[in-house]
Amino acid sequence: MADATSDRSGPLIELRRVTKVYGRGDAAVHALAGVDLRIEQGEFVAVMGPSGSGKSTAMNILGCLDTPSSGSYRFRGVAVETLGRDQRALLRRRDLGFVFQGFNLLNRTSALENVELPLIYRRTPRAERHALAQRALALVGLNGREGHTPGELSGGQQQRVAIARAIVTDPHLLLADEPTGNLDSVRSHEIMTLLGGLNRDRGITILMVTHEPEMAAYAHRVVHFLDGRVVDESAPEQRS
Amino acid sequence: MLWNTLLLALREIRRNVLRSVLTMLGIVIGVAAVIVMVTLGDGATRQVTAQIESLGTNLLMITMGQRMGPGSGSNAPPFTLEDVAAVQREIGAASAVAGSASQAMTAVVGNSNWSTTVTGSDNRFFAVRNWTLDDGRLFTEPEQRAGRAVCVIGATVRRELFGYQDPIGQKIRLKQIACEVIGLLASKGQSAMGSDQDDLVVMPLRTFQRRVAGNQDINLIQLSVREGDSTEQVKADIERMMRERRHVHPADQDNFSVRDMKEIATMLTGTTRVLTALLSAVAAVSLLVGGIGIMNIMLVSVTERTREIGIRLAIGALEREVLMQFLVEAVVLSSLGGLLGILLALVASIGLASLLQVPFVLNGPIILIAFLFSAAVGVVFGYFPARRAARLDPIEALRHE
Ligand SMILES: Nc1ncnc2c1ncn2[C@@H]1O[C@H](COP(=O)(O)OP(=O)(O)O)[C@@H](O)[C@H]1O
Ligand SMILES: [Mg+2]
Repeated sequence: MADATSDRSGPLIELRRVTKVYGRGDAAVHALAGVDLRIEQGEFVAVMGPSGSGKSTAMNILGCLDTPSSGSYRFRGVAVETLGRDQRALLRRRDLGFVFQGFNLLNRTSALENVELPLIYRRTPRAERHALAQRALALVGLNGREGHTPGELSGGQQQRVAIARAIVTDPHLLLADEPTGNLDSVRSHEIMTLLGGLNRDRGITILMVTHEPEMAAYAHRVVHFLDGRVVDESAPEQRS
Repeated sequence: MLWNTLLLALREIRRNVLRSVLTMLGIVIGVAAVIVMVTLGDGATRQVTAQIESLGTNLLMITMGQRMGPGSGSNAPPFTLEDVAAVQREIGAASAVAGSASQAMTAVVGNSNWSTTVTGSDNRFFAVRNWTLDDGRLFTEPEQRAGRAVCVIGATVRRELFGYQDPIGQKIRLKQIACEVIGLLASKGQSAMGSDQDDLVVMPLRTFQRRVAGNQDINLIQLSVREGDSTEQVKADIERMMRERRHVHPADQDNFSVRDMKEIATMLTGTTRVLTALLSAVAAVSLLVGGIGIMNIMLVSVTERTREIGIRLAIGALEREVLMQFLVEAVVLSSLGGLLGILLALVASIGLASLLQVPFVLNGPIILIAFLFSAAVGVVFGYFPARRAARLDPIEALRHE
């Protein structure tokens, strides 16, 4: 980002005592109860924790889809909690890529067009858009499948399309919420290899939620969540 | 970007062709109805105006009694040639004055006979009523003075009695007189009131009085008012003069009436306009209903595509970009409906115009207005659903099944 407030020397992400409360009064749910987290440029971090521990809530805040109830979130030095809806959309458009458990591709729309979608909102000229999308699809190993719609692709292939869509804009941060949750073990390892490669070769910072220690093992660092808090940061268990 | 949005909208509409067409139907019918109404209304107005103009501009008619039509003035005294002369003399603004008397008669030629109206008058009758000749000539001075059995006939009489034969020089039998046809009038068609203006036989007044009516009565005086003079003023002058000449007691009503054709024309076209406006208003309501149909389908579409909207928002679409996407879709839908409506209206207007024997008048502005209106319906009724889409919370939307 070209903002005067952006600070390229500091950490990519810095959460300070971030809370998120849903509802109010007796019915209030403290999805996040004061999270502190720092992630440096170029890291590959896995987030683990039991269901309902606030992982997705944290990912939504980190992805600027949601705002914290209190606390501060700095993304490349920018105080995200002060940004409006449109400014956050612009930040997502420029700097972030998302991969979801459910793939979330546009149905009845070709793989190529799905990957082109973020570029359309970036006003990338048509020819360049095509070229970039083709390149991203090639990178995730889907050459020759550009014209296929999600319905004509396997789950693993759909997730590759989703990854291509997330990286086609060259984001600083790739957020993946249980990217292998819907895939079998073989496909899961393929996807993890792909993510690891993107992190290593293209320097994309990756933050990934997963249940499986096997998948977390691809990361440099694991952050454990419990009841809306970060309880432990550790190196991943060694891959066997 | 707008181009992309447009393509997207068209693609979305194509995906649900049947639904889109049904959605558009309200707009199609609304636009078509408005255009058809206005087009036919214009045609009718033009027809009436043309007919009135063919009667002669600035025409005043002095009739006996207070009502127009058959049976009027049954006990009012008829006019005389002196009345005609007096109008000519005293009303300076009258450019031509023609007195006439008429009677319904059967005209016979060979085996054909035809019921028509026979009028006795002089050449000024043709001037006042803007008649022109298709063939032959008008009366000569000696013919008028001597009361010769000659006549000028209208196109309908010619068709009924002579078919395609040349009528000039032929004889028509009217009761006991055999009248030589010397002129054929150019056709004027239907009058504003729906009667056939071409169904007439005109003979010199003297001939009529002596050999048909058997009296000196004049039952109609027509005059044309000079361009630039007020017909209102002339009308008032005639009324004053006639009351005096006909010895009407100041307390009594006129036993004659002066009719201004311009007035009648204005009244008739006014009626047509009001009718057109009313029918168009009814048609416009169906446009509104069409708009509500579009809103309904757009709301359904927003719900169906919640996930898609969530994806778009998550990858950085701005609120206004999503708004535009759905708004453009609604506008494309309603504009397409408008275009189809225009096509339908053109076909229907041409067909109906010929069926109702009204001229087809292509009204460019109303077509443009109808189209813009249909697009506006899309904007107005598409806005609410589009805003709903744009305001969706991306997280909620992504979770939507
Ligand atoms: N929109 C919401 N409204 C109310 N409660 C929510 C909402 N989203 C999440 N929660 C609650 O917040 C807690 C954390 O949820 P989540 O972040 O989805 O956990 P995880 O992804 O780790 O399973 C859960 O108790 C969940 O029920
Ligand atoms: Mg979750």
